[in-house]
Amino acid sequence: MPEYKKPNSKEEFEKNFTQIKPLMNETQAYYESSRCLFCYDAPCVSACPTRIDIPLFIRQISTGNVTGSAKTIYDSNYLGNACGKVCPTEVLCEGACVYNLQEVKPIEIGRLQNFATSNAIRNKIKFFESGDPNGKKAAVIGAGPAGISCACELRRSGIEVDIFEAKDKPSGLALYGVAPYKITNEEALEEVNYLQEQLGFNIIYNTYISSKEDFQNLEKVYDAVFLGIGLGKTNPVNIKGENLKNCFGAVEFISELRMNHHMTETGNVVIVLGGGNTAMDAASESAKLGAGKVILAYRRGREEMGAYDFEFEIAKRSGVEGLFNVSPVEITGTDKVSGVKFIQTQSANGKLEMLEGTEFTIECDMVIKATGQLKQSEVMTNIPGLETDNKGRIKVNEKTYQTTNPKYFSAGDVISGGQEVVNAVAEAKAAAAGIIGFLS
Amino acid sequence: MPDLKINFAGIKAPNPFWLASAPPTNSGYQIMKAFDLGWGGAVWKTLGVPVINVSSRYGSVNYRDSRMIGFNNIELITDRPLKDNLREIEEVKKYFPDHAVIASLMVESKSEWHQIVKDVENAGVDGIELNFGCPHGMCERGMGSAVGQEPDILKLIVSWVKEVAKTPVIVKLTPNITDITEPGIAARQGGGDAISLINTIQSIVGIDIDNFVPYPIVDGKSTNGGYCGPAVKPIALNMVKNCSQESGIGIPISGIGGIENWRDAVEFILLGASSVQVCTAVMHYGFGIIREIIPGFESYMKEKNFKTVNDMVGKAIPNVINWENLNLNYKIIAEINKDKCIGCQLCYIACEDGAHQAIGLSENGTRVPFIIDENCVGCNLCSLVCPVENCISMIRTDNGKSSETWKDRTDSGNIPVSFDDPLAGGLHHFVPDPMSALKKP
Repeated sequence: MPEYKKPNSKEEFEKNFTQIKPLMNETQAYYESSRCLFCYDAPCVSACPTRIDIPLFIRQISTGNVTGSAKTIYDSNYLGNACGKVCPTEVLCEGACVYNLQEVKPIEIGRLQNFATSNAIRNKIKFFESGDPNGKKAAVIGAGPAGISCACELRRSGIEVDIFEAKDKPSGLALYGVAPYKITNEEALEEVNYLQEQLGFNIIYNTYISSKEDFQNLEKVYDAVFLGIGLGKTNPVNIKGENLKNCFGAVEFISELRMNHHMTETGNVVIVLGGGNTAMDAASESAKLGAGKVILAYRRGREEMGAYDFEFEIAKRSGVEGLFNVSPVEITGTDKVSGVKFIQTQSANGKLEMLEGTEFTIECDMVIKATGQLKQSEVMTNIPGLETDNKGRIKVNEKTYQTTNPKYFSAGDVISGGQEVVNAVAEAKAAAAGIIGFLS
Repeated sequence: MPDLKINFAGIKAPNPFWLASAPPTNSGYQIMKAFDLGWGGAVWKTLGVPVINVSSRYGSVNYRDSRMIGFNNIELITDRPLKDNLREIEEVKKYFPDHAVIASLMVESKSEWHQIVKDVENAGVDGIELNFGCPHGMCERGMGSAVGQEPDILKLIVSWVKEVAKTPVIVKLTPNITDITEPGIAARQGGGDAISLINTIQSIVGIDIDNFVPYPIVDGKSTNGGYCGPAVKPIALNMVKNCSQESGIGIPISGIGGIENWRDAVEFILLGASSVQVCTAVMHYGFGIIREIIPGFESYMKEKNFKTVNDMVGKAIPNVINWENLNLNYKIIAEINKDKCIGCQLCYIACEDGAHQAIGLSENGTRVPFIIDENCVGCNLCSLVCPVENCISMIRTDNGKSSETWKDRTDSGNIPVSFDDPLAGGLHHFVPDPMSALKKP
């Protein structure tokens, strides 16, 4: 049973959603950085998609060169602060730390990364300058991690950059899609602002670029276009009752939570459908919003869940109950959700079988579907010559990130189908290099 | 139960763990507290004509997350009137008649030496320590290390003291000298009953790099201090060893320098000290560290079957010999325990950049490095940098070849004598081509 009282104020919300990787103080950073072994060809670096020189930045913290440490981080990763907070460090850098093999607690790399970068952001320490204008212009679609990373790299080479963002705030997934106990809205926004002040890219908000005409117009003005549009709405599960009131998509639910905090509605009994990391987030968040009971229902066995183990641990600690080997058949209710009818399943040789006659219903007053996200296919079809693969992902050259339409480049979830913020940042920086090469 | 009681040059104490003359022995209050917790003796903060001190007085060397691995002070001898100290000495001796109370002394003229020796002995001290070691402040006035650096003057002053002293006289030596045995011999020749070493090493512990002033800072200026703490232990151990092996000294040694636990105390005693003195560790952690020292020391004695402290004194001395007598035929090479290795590759890079390029990296995906046996010179570096206990061990490979030393080879004319001598030890050792160091573009 969740033990959270429904938050009724900003303070109560912050208490329930307390940061799981809080900012270190100087003493914590001093001791933690001192533990780093400074491995040769360190495995943490290989595990980082942006290849931050982790032993170096940690050594710089331990020698009191916190600014130099932040520079090391930002040299490899424009969203060093956000990544330190939202990365699944347990399976990336920290998971690769050699201390794990000695059953010693791995270095808290993510928190050290935040210590250094937060200091730079707070003190407005500038590391970057935009390059001399070279007369080239690029449009970036989407001000998420991919778009921002691409824009930064382009600006350093002197290319003028306009970012078109459908929403009224930047940061994309880091702001709208990540659990609030991983990063605060302020943190996500401050880093983009910090970068924008140094590199001077424009962000045009509330501008959804999607139609053929939109792209034709862009092509007239810009020499290249970067697509960092991520993914779309929650996948429908295609069962009866899906459109009832109080049945939400996880992406929409989390986005609302990030914007409205304690004003977000929750149910007395919440059923979350899914077994991925987003399902874990939605379930933990429901519990922290004060739901009386939160059930995480997954079609297959616990071991088969796509979510990282540590994410399921967070959900369990939040009071979420797991229900496995059940598939939703119907969401019951007349105008509003009243329950979910499930059928028991078993997996045999990787195939999922429904066990006839095992249907049962659990009453609830809210359902959250964490069943993946749709591709933004309607946008993609409006770009001439843009090819996608059989999973609806934009095809790109793996080095230059150029799409099949030479003027378009792309990176992030729209080409991967959904990965971490850090992957988008790494790919988009490489894509920017691709654009720079294309324009010179 | 092993017997910790000692008789050090005639000074009796319940154990060999004494407080060195320093801030922790500034007052009767502190010494009473220390004795109550188990310390066996104390050398009183140096008495003489009281001084005026400055603030600040201390600086330290921190290494990563370890504080005060080295420590430095610019405090002088006592700044309290002699009569207050004498009264407190009497009081301490009254409550702790079986503990060793030793007065450290530092004055200038013969008459002052005579007077103060009589005064402290009248107060009941068990012995006297002559401070010929302090390397800051007092030496500018011709005392402290200024005396310790001039064996003839040292000998003269010891003889003045011995003219009147009824209790044993310990001469405290300064390490700020080329050969520690010279003042040691002078102490013996002047009639000293024992020596104690080392006093602090002249030092600058660090600089305020924003304001260009060394630490500790006194109104924007600084001065050299005296260095002590764990970092000086290796220097102290070597000097204690040198004095132990010098037949011209031959009087008991009280070991001082970076001692903070039972193991440190054992090491000093194995090199010939028969009591030890502690200061910095107490300034860092308080008198309570004696709770760790005594049981640790006792269980070591039991394990090694030492009945008394004297049984241990100098046990390592026969094993400290000149380089020329070391066995050149003894060969060891490193061996990595694959199951323990965590793949940090510190051994690889240490050997690659800092030693003999005798460790390779696998290309099969494992991060466990391997030893290139034929390149390994058995230097130990890899096993020292390895963060895993007992992961890299040094394995003997000489198959028990009979010993041959440099001296043996010199005697038989079998040593390299010209610059390109074919007897050069490293003649056939693998050395990579210099150009291979540059990464190809």
